[in-house]
Amino acid sequence: MRIVFKTNYMQDIRPWKDRYQLCLYLILLAVVAAAPWWLDAFYLGELTNVLIWTIAGLGLMILTGHTGQVSLGHAAFLAFGCYANVALIEAGVPFLVAFPLAGILTGIAGVTVAIPALRLHGIYLAIFTMALSILMDDIIVLSEPITGGVAGKYVGGVEIFGHLVDRWGTPDLFFWLVLTVTVLVTLGYINLLRAPLGRSFIAVRDSEVSAQAMGIDIARTKMISFALSCAVTGWAGALMGLFAGAFNNETFSVLISIQLLMMIVIGGLGSIHGAFLGAIVIGFLPQFLSISKEYVGALFGGNTVAIPGLEFGIFGMILIAFILFEPMGLYGRWLKIRTWFELFPFYRKDMFKRQKSYLKTERLR
Amino acid sequence: MSLLEFENVTLKFGGLTAVDNLSFEVLEGEVFAIVGPNGAGKSTVFNLISRFYEPYAGSIRFDSHDLLRVKPSGVATFGVARTFQNIELFEHATVLQNLLVGRHRHRQTNLLSELLFLPSARRQEIENREKVEEIIDFLDLQAYRDKMIAGLPYGVRKVVEVARALATDPKLLLLDEPASGLSVEETSDMRWWIDDIRRQMGITVLMVEHDMGLVSGVSDRVLAMADGAELALGSPAQVQAHPAVIEAYLGKVS
Repeated sequence: MRIVFKTNYMQDIRPWKDRYQLCLYLILLAVVAAAPWWLDAFYLGELTNVLIWTIAGLGLMILTGHTGQVSLGHAAFLAFGCYANVALIEAGVPFLVAFPLAGILTGIAGVTVAIPALRLHGIYLAIFTMALSILMDDIIVLSEPITGGVAGKYVGGVEIFGHLVDRWGTPDLFFWLVLTVTVLVTLGYINLLRAPLGRSFIAVRDSEVSAQAMGIDIARTKMISFALSCAVTGWAGALMGLFAGAFNNETFSVLISIQLLMMIVIGGLGSIHGAFLGAIVIGFLPQFLSISKEYVGALFGGNTVAIPGLEFGIFGMILIAFILFEPMGLYGRWLKIRTWFELFPFYRKDMFKRQKSYLKTERLR
Repeated sequence: MSLLEFENVTLKFGGLTAVDNLSFEVLEGEVFAIVGPNGAGKSTVFNLISRFYEPYAGSIRFDSHDLLRVKPSGVATFGVARTFQNIELFEHATVLQNLLVGRHRHRQTNLLSELLFLPSARRQEIENREKVEEIIDFLDLQAYRDKMIAGLPYGVRKVVEVARALATDPKLLLLDEPASGLSVEETSDMRWWIDDIRRQMGITVLMVEHDMGLVSGVSDRVLAMADGAELALGSPAQVQAHPAVIEAYLGKVS
């Protein structure tokens, strides 16, 4: 077990534990950034997809994982970001301006939604946001002049500094674009968590009464959380639109919302790592399933079988398994495995068990 | 000089009068205790100060501010910090993070400087850490600094709550039953800490407590309450000897 001897406060404030850890993350980043050279076009596309889902997951993680506000409506914000980006580009705004603006507009839309949602808790908030996600479908159809309605929109590549960045034409450039956004969002998220605002999110999640007693304005904090969460989700949506190339009112259905929420639960609520791990599972599971389906089909004599709903069935089973056996998600499991190795042979089974306390001050609701 | 002033405060829940025309003053620099049987309205007084409840009548003033005109989150910005009877810590955060949340009312940075973690944000974090470390040192919490609250024993959580309240750098500290559930040894620790909070840090303390040993040990004045109204007010000895107080606790001699 590495024990870092701390001699000044910066060692706690900076995001990495020590130089060793920093090196590991830099190596990881370098390896991933070099992916166009060691991955073929198909898997590079898959990796890009995973990174886009990661950004969306980070967006929802701010709201659900760190502020404790469950949202089943984030597909609506994915859609908003996607359409805002495309509409701005079609209006002649260069991509480098349109893209940030699309996120900011989505953030503003998020705040507008947050105002009526502030009084809702838990399951009621989930229902409210889910209704939003369902509503978005109709809103897209109704605002046909901007969104193209049922027919949808097609979008080609975008131009950045004179280079055409296109999912099909220049997959490496598109991959680097997505990777840059992922890294920037992650760095911003890390900074947020070590600053007062991020801590106030955690405070609101864990105890609203005492957050208030510490001088945190609950309504304002939730609103900022909604804004940040939706802005990041909007960027993910914009990238998703560019990645898909074509989309209409049914692309960002409520199923996407549910999948997004499942993703961060499987990854591990309340951790940045969780968004990445969840995205890897959600991103690669369909490929894994189709490959294993062929394999299983071959075992039973040739034909590949089509089983409708298999993917969602498996997702559901994985989710149930996680909630039952590993509520802290994949990241929680990783922490346990790491501790097991670090402390070998002194790891105890109950080390991560949380003491249940049944006492709560009179909740004021 | 009075720091906190209750003037004819009445609070009703439907037909029940929880606080009945209550008036008292907490002077600057004193330890003021509120005692009384269960349901006397002691914690309700705290929740009135925290603005969780809106009084039916009367006024509450703190340090020449009208408390009834601010939001619940505004109370802390005037310099009022509190603990809760049944511990309301941020469970899935470390002790250090909990104390740093206490520094929230001194936040100078804005969203952008925090997202970019500009030098101003960094300076502020270092200042916060320095202040928090002083409190960790004062309450002997070094061993628990990086531990999650969820795994800590009850006695330590109680101390962490006091530490978090102190981290806000308050003028008035509200302690809601600081010794409930503590062992004899921990209670005597708490007694010295309350004494030091007043003497070294110059913080006025208002506390609700059942442990009469602790109350008579640290407090300058005691208010005894029953059914939301004042029974007696005075030094601990005076209050303990007051016939109305004895009657409220033990009943009438028939």
